[in-house]
Amino acid sequence: MSALISISHLTKTYKREKQEITVLKDLSIDIEQGDFVALMGPSGSGKTTLLNIIAGIDRPTQGEVMIAGTNIGVLTETELAKWRSRHIGFIFQFYNLIPVLTAFENVELPLMLTPLSKSERRRQVELALSVVGLADRMDHYPRQLSGGQEQRVAIARAIASDPDIFVADEPTGDLDRVSAEEILTLLERLNKEFGKTIVMVTHDPSAANRARIIHHLEKGDLIPQGQS
Amino acid sequence: MNIPFYYILKNFVARKLTAGITIGGIALVVFVFAAVLMMADGIRKTLATTGSEDNVVITRKSSTGEITSIIDRPTADLISTLQFVQKDEKGNALMTYDGVTVINAPKKDGGISNLAVRGVSETAMSIRNKITIVKGRMFTFGSRELIVGTALVKTFDKIDIGDKIKFGGDEWTIVGEMEAEKSGFESELWCDVRQLQLAFNREAFSTLTFRKTSDADIEMMKILFAGDKRLNQYEPENERRYFEKQSEAMRMFIQILGITITVIFSVGAMIGAMITMYAAVANRTTEIGTLRALGFGRSSILTAFLIESIITALLGGIIGIGMASILQFFSISTLNFGSFTELSFSFSMTSSVFSGSMIFSLVMGFVGGFLPALKASRMSILSALR
Repeated sequence: MSALISISHLTKTYKREKQEITVLKDLSIDIEQGDFVALMGPSGSGKTTLLNIIAGIDRPTQGEVMIAGTNIGVLTETELAKWRSRHIGFIFQFYNLIPVLTAFENVELPLMLTPLSKSERRRQVELALSVVGLADRMDHYPRQLSGGQEQRVAIARAIASDPDIFVADEPTGDLDRVSAEEILTLLERLNKEFGKTIVMVTHDPSAANRARIIHHLEKGDLIPQGQS
Repeated sequence: MNIPFYYILKNFVARKLTAGITIGGIALVVFVFAAVLMMADGIRKTLATTGSEDNVVITRKSSTGEITSIIDRPTADLISTLQFVQKDEKGNALMTYDGVTVINAPKKDGGISNLAVRGVSETAMSIRNKITIVKGRMFTFGSRELIVGTALVKTFDKIDIGDKIKFGGDEWTIVGEMEAEKSGFESELWCDVRQLQLAFNREAFSTLTFRKTSDADIEMMKILFAGDKRLNQYEPENERRYFEKQSEAMRMFIQILGITITVIFSVGAMIGAMITMYAAVANRTTEIGTLRALGFGRSSILTAFLIESIITALLGGIIGIGMASILQFFSISTLNFGSFTELSFSFSMTSSVFSGSMIFSLVMGFVGGFLPALKASRMSILSALR
């Protein structure tokens, strides 16, 4: 059986003024369905770029990115937006909740891109918020929640549309130790209980240790296992 | 799928101060715009209601108004015999021989202005059935008496019942006040046409107005007049249309001047709306990036910001029109270029003024919001999230 995420010979370069910077260099990686992968590495190693490409918010310069049988590198912008809404759940370091919307409305946002009816959406949102333990906070605005609670709402938003893959960029980077542990436990639950594939970028070794697989990147390529 | 409307609305409410200032700016521009249209429409309405659809006015060709029109008595008598002219039971033509002249009088707010004196025949009251004597009595034919339009009483000094006005070498006594359904007649003094002719030593009339027969067609009359050597220097016109034409010069002047000024104002309002929307985009960069990452397309972002700007303009428009509507309770008086006499009229809020002002405000919202909305929609997800 082929991997859920199959990346081969991925190169990503950026042009900054007249200079061309190679961020990812001929990188290949397979991530299986149900994996919980942590990407680690020093700043500038390309881990966030790799995550962004997997999430479909950045495009490869060269190479192939096959996710659930789709070569996302060839999709048009509109197709890619649709693809993201179906397959990717985002968890950001700073939660990125919409401040003027309640927890309920924030979680409902990705469902607006689905054909679900209003009552179906309500059911999904309530379920997602109860999974993260915030069913009683659905009418609260982000400013009325703690950092940990905000991140849990963000996770509820990510799981509401039931995507295949969760991409988490430093999900505990802005949290205290207790809240960070809660979030990591939640991610572990999503992986173990619901079989969701998670790709997480982190600087924190204790966060990375909660993943099943840790990949280290350096200068735009993966360091072979055992050498890190 | 578009971004939910409550997102747009809540963002709008969240920045109520800046949105409020922008709404205020747009409201003022729409107020001026609507006021200008209401003024132009008020003049048109006043003069249009002066005439009746059932009446026909005869003027000398190329005359720019009643004052510059001359019709001699033989021609007037000839016209009274035409088949289009309705007759009473005694066979007399239902036609008024009008003489119009201009005098000047002191205004209540200082200064002197022109006012029209219309000499009419006895039939005038029966074919102009909008005329009602509200105070005093009708002038007596054969005497130097006047009735005064109610709009003049409000504007001019010493023009009440019992007052005497000197013109044409004699003193004329005001004996009554008339209402004419807010038409231009309310801005006139009326007297016996024969007395007016005698006072100014004139034999000719200014215009003739007759009640047409039910089957008479104005176009046919024009053809007949043009083809008759005795009548081809004169022109028949539907009375309502005639007075409407009299308002055109003034209406055009007000509209062109007013709209030019408001368009200049609107540039300022649009720049204001644009600055507000640019600030909204700048403050919500991460939000835009997040929405795009979640799967909302560029067009959804463009639409959301554009709707936000249009809501701002819509509210500005409603407030502006609301303020302008208050003007309906006021009437003003100004010199009509068509007759060079004082004309009193009210601001008139019509459906076309309302829709024109609404469209104007929405255009301001659209133009002001488009570039910021385009900027928001064109942001790359990565740079927005950074």
